[in-house]
Amino acid sequence: MDVAQFFSWLNDAHGINFSIFYDPFDRDRFLAGLWTTVALSVICILASIALGIVGAWAQGAKSAVVRAVAQGYVQVFRNTPPLVQLAFFYFAFATLLPTVRDSFGGQAPLISSFGWAVISFSLFAGAFNVEIFRSGIEAVPQSTIEAAEALGYTRLGAYRHVILPLAIRVCLPALNNNLVNLVKTTTLAYAIGVPELLYAAAQIWSEVLNVREMMNVLLVTYIALVALLVAAMNKWERMMRVPGFGQ
Amino acid sequence: MTTGHHIGRPIVVIEGVEKAFGAVTVLRDINMTVSTGETVCIIGPSGSGKSTLLRCINALAPVTKGSITVDGQQVNDPKLDKLALRRKVGMVFQQYNLFAHKTALQNVMMAPIHVLGQQRAEVEERARRLLAKVRLTGKENSYPGELSGGQQQRVAIARSLAMNPSVMLFDEVTAALDPETKKEVLVTIRELAGEGMTCILVTHEMGFAREVADHVYFTDGGLIVEDGPPADLLCAPRHERTRAFLDQVL
Repeated sequence: MDVAQFFSWLNDAHGINFSIFYDPFDRDRFLAGLWTTVALSVICILASIALGIVGAWAQGAKSAVVRAVAQGYVQVFRNTPPLVQLAFFYFAFATLLPTVRDSFGGQAPLISSFGWAVISFSLFAGAFNVEIFRSGIEAVPQSTIEAAEALGYTRLGAYRHVILPLAIRVCLPALNNNLVNLVKTTTLAYAIGVPELLYAAAQIWSEVLNVREMMNVLLVTYIALVALLVAAMNKWERMMRVPGFGQ
Repeated sequence: MTTGHHIGRPIVVIEGVEKAFGAVTVLRDINMTVSTGETVCIIGPSGSGKSTLLRCINALAPVTKGSITVDGQQVNDPKLDKLALRRKVGMVFQQYNLFAHKTALQNVMMAPIHVLGQQRAEVEERARRLLAKVRLTGKENSYPGELSGGQQQRVAIARSLAMNPSVMLFDEVTAALDPETKKEVLVTIRELAGEGMTCILVTHEMGFAREVADHVYFTDGGLIVEDGPPADLLCAPRHERTRAFLDQVL
């Protein structure tokens, strides 16, 4: 008996219906949702790290305007709920943008719901990443930065080659935490109809009426996704480890 | 007693320098001329402004008044080309300040590659030579955290030398070291001075100053109290304040 046969039997014999394991249609919907969640997570992780690096640099900029913009960004996106941010982008902001003609001759929004989810979650997690990177940057001794300056490094050069590599080592555990949170936050995209995991699961359970089973599948899937991320982050942490530093 | 090498034209010229942090004036009317090949020691009690003076020379701290020129370049020019200045001036710090995430060899190689854009292979060859010169052959791949204080300080010296500076500033570079490792660093500096590198040292090592310096300045309360050849200043100080200080440290 293979996997599909086993789950088909489980449903017939006991009424425990994991349709995604024996029904190809449900399986494909579920995998498409999983793929969307993974894509959304990976893009947001990378974008939020980039935002964190740039934002932490801007927080220490010479220009008061640049510093104020960075600070304002952090305050707005850290102090409001991510679901409200997402709704604001999708329902309040997106409607101000022009539409484009799609391939069927209809009107399509300029940015898809997936696009808004990417923008919204990247900005949300990025705001936390700015503060996380700042904590790492502040742990780099001023005297080390001076040594770089004395060697002729510009502020940007010192940031790139000295400050950031040292800061990242200090703040990796905190970054790890925030990225785990980000992966879980992607479920909010459900609210604007992005066909991610939760959306796919909800579609399946409302048709197949297997809410309890799909809830379990969802939990296990997210545990696996986060475990993968944590394993990758731990590997990164080990790769970055320097003998005699930070121990 | 001097190292007996050739002393050339003036390279660091300090005229009427004053430096204040807010209401606190830490340097007053400092005048000093250092010529190429010369080794100058600045001694004096803590808080007398010695380190600040060194930091002013390579523009880590701006002067409030007066002028400093390095090889003809005005340091307190608002349009100062900092890179040009810092190519000429190497600096070694009390706390070594190595880049902890890079090996000894990488520490030496970084600035020539990143700042001067030199070829990696050529820089690596020079870095290995410099590490050999400071007697650290075999430690190329060690991280700063794996090296003793004296070894780290010698990497820091090699790191500065990799930029081919005309002047080296040493800011109490042995103050954090135990007597044994102190010696290995001082030997390295003495060799540098002997090869004709222009060296300005802030130091508490009176024996070293007497042996290696061509000229010694005694500072107190932000002023140069007196200066002269080490034999005169350290053995027969003219000033009461100098005598009291030397009595305490010798």
